[in-house]
Amino acid sequence: MEQIGILEGREKQIFEKKEGAAAFDISCEKTSLSGSVSQRACVFCGSRVVLYPVADALHLVHGPIGCAAYTWDIRGSVSSGPELHRLSFSTDLQEMDVIYGGEKKLYLSLIELIEKFSPKAAFIYSTCIIGLIGDDIDAVCRKVQQETGIPVLPVHSEGFKGTKKDGYKAACTALMKLVGTGPIEDISPYSINILGEFNLAGEAWIIRKYYEEMGIEVVSTMTGDGRVGAVRRAHGAKLNVVQCSGSMTSLAKDMEEKYGIPYIRVSYFGIEDMAAALYDVAKHFPDRPEIMEKAREIVSREVKTLYPELQKFKQALSGKKAAIYVGGAFKTFSLIKALRSVGMSVVLAGSQTGNKDDYLALKEMCDEGTVIVDDSNPVELSKFILEKEADLLIGGVKERPIAFKLGVAFCDHNHERKIPLAGFEGMYNFILEVYQSVLSPVWQFAPRKGGSL
Amino acid sequence: MLLRHTTSEVKEREGLTINPAKTCQPIGAMYAALGIHGCLPHSHGSQGCCAYHRSTLTRHYKEPVMAATSSFTEGASVFGGQANLLAAIDTIFSVYDPDIIAVHSTCLSETIGDDLQQITKKALDDGKIPEGKHIIYAATPSFVGSHVTGYANMVAGMAQQFAVSTGEKKDQVNLVAGWMEPSDMRELKRISKEMGAKVVLFPDTSDVLDAPQTGKHEFYPKGGVTVPELRSTGDSKCSLALGCISAEPAAVALDKKCGVPFETLDMPIGISATDRFVMALSKAAGVKVPDEITAERGRLLDVMTDMEQYFHGRKVALFGDPDQLIPLTEFLLDLGMQPKHIVSGTPGARFAKRMKEILQRAPGANFKNGLNADMFLLHQWIKNEPVDLLIGNTYGKYIARDEDIPFVRYGFPILDRIGHSYFPSVGYTGGLRLAEKILGVLMDRQDMKAKEEKFELVM
Repeated sequence: MEQIGILEGREKQIFEKKEGAAAFDISCEKTSLSGSVSQRACVFCGSRVVLYPVADALHLVHGPIGCAAYTWDIRGSVSSGPELHRLSFSTDLQEMDVIYGGEKKLYLSLIELIEKFSPKAAFIYSTCIIGLIGDDIDAVCRKVQQETGIPVLPVHSEGFKGTKKDGYKAACTALMKLVGTGPIEDISPYSINILGEFNLAGEAWIIRKYYEEMGIEVVSTMTGDGRVGAVRRAHGAKLNVVQCSGSMTSLAKDMEEKYGIPYIRVSYFGIEDMAAALYDVAKHFPDRPEIMEKAREIVSREVKTLYPELQKFKQALSGKKAAIYVGGAFKTFSLIKALRSVGMSVVLAGSQTGNKDDYLALKEMCDEGTVIVDDSNPVELSKFILEKEADLLIGGVKERPIAFKLGVAFCDHNHERKIPLAGFEGMYNFILEVYQSVLSPVWQFAPRKGGSL
Repeated sequence: MLLRHTTSEVKEREGLTINPAKTCQPIGAMYAALGIHGCLPHSHGSQGCCAYHRSTLTRHYKEPVMAATSSFTEGASVFGGQANLLAAIDTIFSVYDPDIIAVHSTCLSETIGDDLQQITKKALDDGKIPEGKHIIYAATPSFVGSHVTGYANMVAGMAQQFAVSTGEKKDQVNLVAGWMEPSDMRELKRISKEMGAKVVLFPDTSDVLDAPQTGKHEFYPKGGVTVPELRSTGDSKCSLALGCISAEPAAVALDKKCGVPFETLDMPIGISATDRFVMALSKAAGVKVPDEITAERGRLLDVMTDMEQYFHGRKVALFGDPDQLIPLTEFLLDLGMQPKHIVSGTPGARFAKRMKEILQRAPGANFKNGLNADMFLLHQWIKNEPVDLLIGNTYGKYIARDEDIPFVRYGFPILDRIGHSYFPSVGYTGGLRLAEKILGVLMDRQDMKAKEEKFELVM
């Protein structure tokens, strides 16, 4: 495999920061090349991961069984109450439905499910073939909404109609239909929505706690530990705080346009970014200086406990090299900063869905010699990890076994994280996980580190 | 109670599936194709399909799983996916350099009407397949059958498209592996070797999806049935198809194309099905059953008898795929257990008929397969008539937890435990492992729940 280089046509999606390098012009936001072993998913996947955490809604996948089966409870989005989202519902279309259409089946399934489970709203995901067989899911949704009295929202997420990002957008469009339909009279003038936080391993709870401690009302979190009722009232908040900008910026923009709610981009990963996420919100409410005071108090309190803890790891981790390949580019920025704070450097940074601005910012931030990739694949990742002698890979489910086969430590910063990595305590968890994996005694047996029979 | 929504009242449902006991065809085709050496599976459809299948297989095996995709766009859905597939073939051979591309379709490409036979032929005619390289295909529409069907179709495809009859018979037997783990395939090869039977086992995912840590990411691991082996299946004396749903179609294809006679057997799980397999292989290959195999059988039987009191009369609910459920149910009956509720999302009258035959020994047992035979129904049945043990893939853990039932993970996918890729469940040794796993959860429970005065040291 050593001779395999870079896919033809992908040269422009890879950039190495070094002296004499050509002008930075990374090519991104492209569809993947036919025939590539891409790590990317589809439009449906984008919609599904964004809406999935709304726990008291019904999520019905309209199509053949696979799309529902593969997305059954795969995202560790925790709910503090209802858990209807963790079940898998499908119209399980058969050959006859493909020929004669699936509308009737969809209608009957919806009526039955709404009767059985009394959800607060229903999201209907269309999969690849729905448009092709001519099902008018909008019409079915309207009809069921009328008959049942709950919001029944079509999500136009046909897999082939774009990239995962278009799926995020379709999800935002569906959410936007809910926003603005609930009462907002009693919402505080010091209030926010937390957007793009999915409560993996309970992360939204950590973030929410900080803001509430600052005296801010959190009207809704979208969509982690999400509730239909809260989404309906989201237009009553005074500020949208957007994390995972790739997935939720379009909703924030729509809400700004329609309801005049401004938004800011934040990240909850790492000390610097977490602190900034609190300060930036506080700055938005200058007429109440207590909020900023409280933010400072939280940051200083948390850092005081966290800092000495991190120092314990720093010695062991200093000089170790990391490779990062995650879904969104914004997360990469935070991870680079977080790793630097314990003396680690980043030798490879990439994302599935970054845009030009993201990559420019990334380039500014990276050290000399860092490789930047867009929509990478296992061959490239392996090649750069070995060439750059990375000690750690941060990625998702498909990257994990590659790292382990190479004999490189791994940290899941995606759906399969098991402990909260956001917030100050999340920073501790993150570094602990990195430490535990990088310094695990198992690597001494790995051939790469000289271990052999 | 994650499944607190499950009601005990069972009502007919109109098409709706809740918590499926199956998934779609393409993932089965992808898994089967990984059992050919140097093969890159290719998903002809949207990017998401390929990503989901790779993720699921990765979660099940904790191994990298390589596969390419046609990456359909809106244009492809209007003009057909031929251009995408032809472009993909170029990319794959020039960059990933596999020996074989195994293309399977998806609901999208099937609905558009892409004809894989025609497109792959065009690729050959246009000289897109380099000398010594191959392309095979299988139609695997997601709206027909289940993941098991997809596996069967791809295995039939490899037999149909590779096998050649030279006119000279070879002293070998084809073993068509139904959907089983790499560990099972390895075990079948071991048993055959032990018996001195010359076999070609296909597909063969051992040394592909249970690959050792080498410090390298092998794009094409060393395992897998080879092209010369697949070609030679056309000259074999006969075929033994291990599984009437997932393996038989390949044996039928070999019979039709090359006149290789076949016998269809249940997958060799448990003592009775393994007996039938060993006898059939001994007859087909013209070899005697060696003492070592007889001794293996004896060891399994010894455990069955030593522990019979712990198995006897215990009620079991199980779910999964046809070719496992058939012999597993039989094995549970042989152990003296009572299979009570059985569901499988995989449709088929043949499967239902075989289960009915076996369940004659289990009066009052519930069985359903195909549409609406899902985990929701299984849970409802369990609520109405509780069981002592649940056997099935990882998705059973919700029911096991809510209803507080001992749970043995078995089948596909297993997303939360290891072992299935390393320890076989076929053959007599595999039977031992199943018996051990079942006893383990039953006896652990007895230990945990027993009253102090009834808590026993010796069991």
